[in-house]
Amino acid sequence: MNIEVKDLDFTYPAGVTALRGVSLTIQGGEQIAIVGQNGSGKTTLVKHLNGLLQPTLGSVMIGDWDTRKVTVAKLARRVGYVFQNPDEQLFCRTVGEEVAFGPYNFGLDAQKIEGLVNDALQLVELSEKKDTNPYDLSPTWRKMVALASIISMDTACVILDEPTTGQDAANIDRIARVVGELHKRGKTVITITHDIDFCAENFERVIALSKGQVLLDGPAGNVLGKEEILAQTYVDPPQLTRLGRRLGIKKTVRNQEEFLAALKLK
Amino acid sequence: MAIINLHQLTYHYPLTDTPALTKVDLNVKEGEFVAIIGPNGAGKSTLCYTIAGFIPHFFKGDLEGRVEVAGIETSSSTLSEWVLNVGLVFQNPFNQISGAKYTVYEEIAFGLENLGVPRDEIKSRVDQALALTGISDLADRSPYSLSGGQQQRVALTSILVMQPKVLVLDEPTSQMDPIGTREVFGVIRSLAERGITVVMAEHKMEWVAQFADRVVAIYEGRVLMNGKPREVLTSGRLVGRGFAISRYTSTAREAVERGFWPKDLELPVTLDEAVQGFKK
Repeated sequence: MNIEVKDLDFTYPAGVTALRGVSLTIQGGEQIAIVGQNGSGKTTLVKHLNGLLQPTLGSVMIGDWDTRKVTVAKLARRVGYVFQNPDEQLFCRTVGEEVAFGPYNFGLDAQKIEGLVNDALQLVELSEKKDTNPYDLSPTWRKMVALASIISMDTACVILDEPTTGQDAANIDRIARVVGELHKRGKTVITITHDIDFCAENFERVIALSKGQVLLDGPAGNVLGKEEILAQTYVDPPQLTRLGRRLGIKKTVRNQEEFLAALKLK
Repeated sequence: MAIINLHQLTYHYPLTDTPALTKVDLNVKEGEFVAIIGPNGAGKSTLCYTIAGFIPHFFKGDLEGRVEVAGIETSSSTLSEWVLNVGLVFQNPFNQISGAKYTVYEEIAFGLENLGVPRDEIKSRVDQALALTGISDLADRSPYSLSGGQQQRVALTSILVMQPKVLVLDEPTSQMDPIGTREVFGVIRSLAERGITVVMAEHKMEWVAQFADRVVAIYEGRVLMNGKPREVLTSGRLVGRGFAISRYTSTAREAVERGFWPKDLELPVTLDEAVQGFKK
């Protein structure tokens, strides 16, 4: 399933124009990170992919569905969106009910729902907490419940809005593993993030937004090395990329292995 | 003379058996910038709430030991007295923004209005605070129409305008863009230079290393380490315990094994130190 965003403009009712002429083609199965300054339009853009927002001008196609002509409820079968703040998303009494809510609304049978719930909970390492109230878990684990409640919907595209915010090293690793597993399953994963090291280590394509427009779009190794252009949208290259540059390494190194290999060559 | 004195602080949230903090001793001098680091659930937020007086005045629970900030003990004061000295910036700006105001400008003015500060003084302080955090252009927007990172700047500004002696920040930049984060760290550093005491819970080690005077590592509710940023952030005691570690430090640690980093050289915490070390 491809996603086609064409000449998208969006103006909020209060008059703030958040997107101007955004065009993107996303192939099924791509792993994409969206980066950019606060207020650059990242969240506004992804809210167009599941119909929460409708284009002021232009169009968004999710496979063969035009988001202007399909309900949000129907779009939810193709695009799952994990909110930035899990507390805006969670409302059930137990983790199990929360994660079952999406597939239940698709009208699936009980056995199928149970399979999806168990799989999603296993993926986020919460199988033991099925009967726990989400609000008895720490914010860290509530974030994983929110993630599981979208994974269980088994959508072709999963959107994560700042998944690593406020997370410690262990949980960032866990989120990276989930992203890797979704990739293996052929899902399109689109992640908004300010954690540029996480972005470099886990995503193949990077889109940088600035003031509602696409500033850069391409392979992570190209985009993340463009220090001066990224600075226009308040993004620094990853730590090891910056270190590599200062040591005279020409290639945009994205992780520890690439960095040490480049150092060895020198 | 320390402005923050915690002595043998042990705290249980209501209806819990395991203490969130156990026998914490911490002294912070006036004008010092102390970063609190630790994995999720270690007790960083609880420590922030305690210094800010929300524990025990808002979260009841069971507090043992002594908590004294700016010469007042929590047990013998009220929260309304306490907030005149100490400002707290919450991790989630949603918890900070009052919901009672239509514009960012009014939101920032809200605290001063409640203190009955004269109108002209409110105006000048709000304008200054907005300029300091770089959000003057958002003054007429609704706080709820802003992005997460912009809301965090509003939350920070709404506390700075109160001119607290002690500023407590719980991951104040978690939703901010990278360069914006660095700028906010710079603003907070400049406040410390002017004598404001800063306590900040944070995961972003690159900036902690560069801007903080001291780092306190919390693990399972106890102080694991307390010292200079370099000493704490390069310590092997943080490894494998869920602490965020900068790529400079972790990569140099791996490079020692492979012979790219001199064995007798201290591990780096900043970009400059990493550059110098790898050149050798």
